[in-house]
Amino acid sequence: MGGEFTHAGAASSELKTILTGLGISADLVRRAAIATFEAEMNVIIHAAAGVINYSVTPDKIQIVVSDMGPGIPDIELAMTEGYSTAPDWVREMGWGAGMGLPNIKKNSDELRVESVVGEGTTIEIIISKKEGDACEGE
Amino acid sequence: MTLGRIAEILDAEFLVNAGDPNTEIESVCSSDLMSDLLHFSARPKSLLITGLINNQVVRTAEIADINAVVFVLNKRPDRETVSLAEEKGIWLLVTRLSRYTACGRLYGEGLRSCTEEDGCD
Repeated sequence: MGGEFTHAGAASSELKTILTGLGISADLVRRAAIATFEAEMNVIIHAAAGVINYSVTPDKIQIVVSDMGPGIPDIELAMTEGYSTAPDWVREMGWGAGMGLPNIKKNSDELRVESVVGEGTTIEIIISKKEGDACEGE
Repeated sequence: MTLGRIAEILDAEFLVNAGDPNTEIESVCSSDLMSDLLHFSARPKSLLITGLINNQVVRTAEIADINAVVFVLNKRPDRETVSLAEEKGIWLLVTRLSRYTACGRLYGEGLRSCTEEDGCD
């Protein structure tokens, strides 16, 4: 994926279907899908290419999204709600509101962001399958 | 409130009929910004009212478990977007009303925002 809006969201949709098929609760699936969708959109908006890897264990869902994009110079700033570097054409598609990383953080129990300017960004999303570890939002 | 009743209130036309019109909708969200929907508003068994008509609306609805989307100002999505909604089982409706009026009518009939009663934040 990357730079291709036509199929944007397809990878997250596939992950959602797989997690649902594994019998994971609807709320956890929804949180994983939203976090992955936002990460996928970041790759499509900012990077030439990217990869999603995920694993599911009895304790957690781990999703790792790596891209070959421009990197994030200031991760703390990028985590600020409303801060966006997306171009106008992305906003016209309904994205670029500056809520991507904050939204990923909201739906994760653990979030790690590693980025090298000029090389790319990797984010690791952990969603705990233990009840009560995060706000369920229901 | 059922989707059938919502269609009556909004004088809306069904573009994608995804099942039983007696499907219950519990809350409504309205935005043209997808991340705002995912962050603040979207809840299961909800309806989205939007002026955005690209396939990202359907993807967002699918990911966030939004059951139905109403497009305002008589704006109609392209065939690809309609096909995606059919594939994913998401209702699509179109109304000639504005977002403001559509939201006002449903609020007046008792439907409330997705963000209300959300104690998460």
